[in-house]
Amino acid sequence: MVGLATVFGAGGGTSSYKEIEETDVILLWGSNAREAHPIFFHHLMKGLDNGARMYAVDPRRTSSSKFADAWLGLSVGTDIAMANAVAREIIHNGWVNQAFIDHSTTGYEAFAESVESYTLEVAEQITGVPGSAIAEMAKAYATAEKAQILWTLGITEHHNAVDNVLSLCNLALLTGHIGTWGSGLVPLRGQNNVQGGGDMGSLPNKLPGFQNVTDPEARAKFEAVYGVPIPPENGIHLTLMFEAMERSEIKAAYVIGENPADSEADVQHARKLLSGLDTLVVQDIFMTRTAELADVVLPASVGWAESEGTVTSSERRVQRVRAAVTPPGEARHDQDIIGELARRMGYDWGQPTSEDLWEELRALSPLHGGMTYARLEDEGGLQWPCPDLDHPGSPFLHGWLWEDDLGGRAGAPFSVVEHEGPKEQLTEAFPLRLTTGRSLDSYNTGVQSGGYDNPIRYGDALDMNPVDAAALELADGETVKVSSPRGSVEMPIRVQPDIPEGLTFTTFHFPELVDINVLTNDAWDKRSGTSEFKAASIRVEKLPSSDHTPQLQDS
Amino acid sequence: MTAVESTTAKSANGMTETLVTIQVDGRPVSIPEGGTILDACSKAGVSTPTLCYAENLTPVNVCRVCVVEVENSRTLVPSCSRVAEEGMVVQTDSERVRHSRKMVIEFLDTSVDLSQTTAPTSNEAGGRNLADWAAEYGADSSRYGPAPQTMDEEVKIQDNLYIRDYDKCVLCYKCVEACGDDAQHTFAIAVSGRGFGARISTEFDVSLPDSACVYCGNCVAVCPTNALQFKTEFDLREANNWREEEQSVTRTVCSYCGVGCNLELHVQDDTIVKVTSPNDHSVTSGHLCIKGRFGWQYVQPTIQRKPS
Repeated sequence: MVGLATVFGAGGGTSSYKEIEETDVILLWGSNAREAHPIFFHHLMKGLDNGARMYAVDPRRTSSSKFADAWLGLSVGTDIAMANAVAREIIHNGWVNQAFIDHSTTGYEAFAESVESYTLEVAEQITGVPGSAIAEMAKAYATAEKAQILWTLGITEHHNAVDNVLSLCNLALLTGHIGTWGSGLVPLRGQNNVQGGGDMGSLPNKLPGFQNVTDPEARAKFEAVYGVPIPPENGIHLTLMFEAMERSEIKAAYVIGENPADSEADVQHARKLLSGLDTLVVQDIFMTRTAELADVVLPASVGWAESEGTVTSSERRVQRVRAAVTPPGEARHDQDIIGELARRMGYDWGQPTSEDLWEELRALSPLHGGMTYARLEDEGGLQWPCPDLDHPGSPFLHGWLWEDDLGGRAGAPFSVVEHEGPKEQLTEAFPLRLTTGRSLDSYNTGVQSGGYDNPIRYGDALDMNPVDAAALELADGETVKVSSPRGSVEMPIRVQPDIPEGLTFTTFHFPELVDINVLTNDAWDKRSGTSEFKAASIRVEKLPSSDHTPQLQDS
Repeated sequence: MTAVESTTAKSANGMTETLVTIQVDGRPVSIPEGGTILDACSKAGVSTPTLCYAENLTPVNVCRVCVVEVENSRTLVPSCSRVAEEGMVVQTDSERVRHSRKMVIEFLDTSVDLSQTTAPTSNEAGGRNLADWAAEYGADSSRYGPAPQTMDEEVKIQDNLYIRDYDKCVLCYKCVEACGDDAQHTFAIAVSGRGFGARISTEFDVSLPDSACVYCGNCVAVCPTNALQFKTEFDLREANNWREEEQSVTRTVCSYCGVGCNLELHVQDDTIVKVTSPNDHSVTSGHLCIKGRFGWQYVQPTIQRKPS
């Protein structure tokens, strides 16, 4: 989101799902949408059935990439080298949209100069992907009438996540594949309301509706409604909070619906910091590992089945969630809990309904101004921006780039970004690359998906190429010791020909079985705060005794 | 008769579209060009029985229960797939149509257990299920012999998510389409065998857990006869405790990834018993993945709220 906001001023995916059904070329970059966003992939498949070509850029030969015209299996963390080489290829072949560049962008000259060293040969050497494949993708993307770039955490869970995003934005600016129906830049959101959290101001530097905390006018508007002064300084994001805990500057934390004691990279370190707090309050629907560390646990109701409210999807569609069943025991709606806390701190907010809160938001956030509960109900949700009651919502963003008059805006800036590679280099002691991701049936740390059993679940296992497994004399299903510079775990391996040599992969859905984030690297991006879950270096060792029977979960 | 002029209208997305006008039971009906006779019947408020049709799938024209009579057409035509043409004259309630629909229902009833055939989810059939239509047309399968000759197979229960009851299968192909290129693109099931031995099957008839199935349940959602059934529903029916008339249906949004799939939570006794998705929603078109379809069980009162 930081990357998109830097270039276009709005941190949201640009396109509707419907648009991918009608696009011509799809670059699926660092995303296994087939498993992580299956119903979006239905829309994508309609696009392929309608004749679109797809290029999958991913270190793994994922189930998504099997539907692609070509799979570009780059080395982990070499995305910028690939993107810059694509850019150079587009420039050198004259496939740029010069009119668009001249009218709607800034910084082209410096950018063009910066990618000059990224020849196909150099890119091939860095990424491991044949230069001819990169050239083919560049041509397909640049010469298509409509084209989209989609990405997920394969782009953003790196120490240089924002640069990765910027490198993809550059490609859209070169070709003008932005701001029109069927073209765009689409980050698929991983959680049902991660977009909505941002919409509502759950970002350290934003008020609801992406209005800046540091803007006195914006603050004044909110202060008039809230009746209290708003601190004028930006807050800090999660990663900085952990650093502040380390310096004992943060002594108390109130964690709502998050399980950092399982989900943080270098998780042992995170657990130590959480345990060292003077006060830890956890509000959740389950007794998570984080809740177990807490001084106070506030049982909450399930957001989507036991409470009223809204969520926002990857296509910026705001939709209603509704209560269908009664919360168990003493569990209460999040807003009731927060309201009760406020009351005990001396602020009586009364008993507002979800709609009351939404009406207040509508009055303060121009993006949401036209979205009444009644309209959300009748129109199957609405896509922001939707400023007034007559506005139909916005299927895609940044159409302003194509207006004759940019309204005083300078245009979207190109960004000079250089290849860095993962923070943690492979060494003799840790010669294999570990990357993590999701599987179809499970979700995050398993707090929710642990509640049901199914035949396609296999538990966490380390996927290894047959050659690497054979070199270590390991059999499919054998339990091994896996070590990174931060710690070790024991887990079974799955021998997988779809994993390139030198790479290993695992999910992170079963922390109670395999504490995988003991291994991952918490090197993080200074701008987005995202840790480098996608690139750790590891060593795999055969366990001495032979009594380690395969532990793959059997259905 | 005089030809009716084509007209134009603004569609929802602001594009101008051409309308065609046809006669349904003597009344003129205009629908957007490319629409079917069934669309026109719906627009005219004329109910039509359907089995193999679903608004989120490509029509396969196999059940023939939706046939209508079109003037100057030698045979009856399936309304679900026949595109409406300007000036068409359609009869939906002629003796020939009633007789044909009656016999289709009777023939199915002689070989299949239709006892749990569900009403189509779309409103074009007016919420009537097949039993209502059988009564409407006076269908009586007993006139062909004493008892229905079903395949008489045991219900296949191979996992905790859904069951297969082949005695209820009318071979409408909807499940194959939903698993294949109409939605899921998994292709775990297809039709195998010929004649009375024809059946929907996994590859080499392996069990579902051993097949390519990814348990999205989209086949279950489109099955009109309950041959495919969610295990939760099956268990409640076995316990004689499936009380559909008491169930509430609440529309909400899935709690997993950020796609924003709409869910319909079917609730009985304050407990979720089934999850579907509305066919007419732009995000899902009625289809879900394994997490949305089955991953809700952590909400249940029977589950202790602790990670497993």
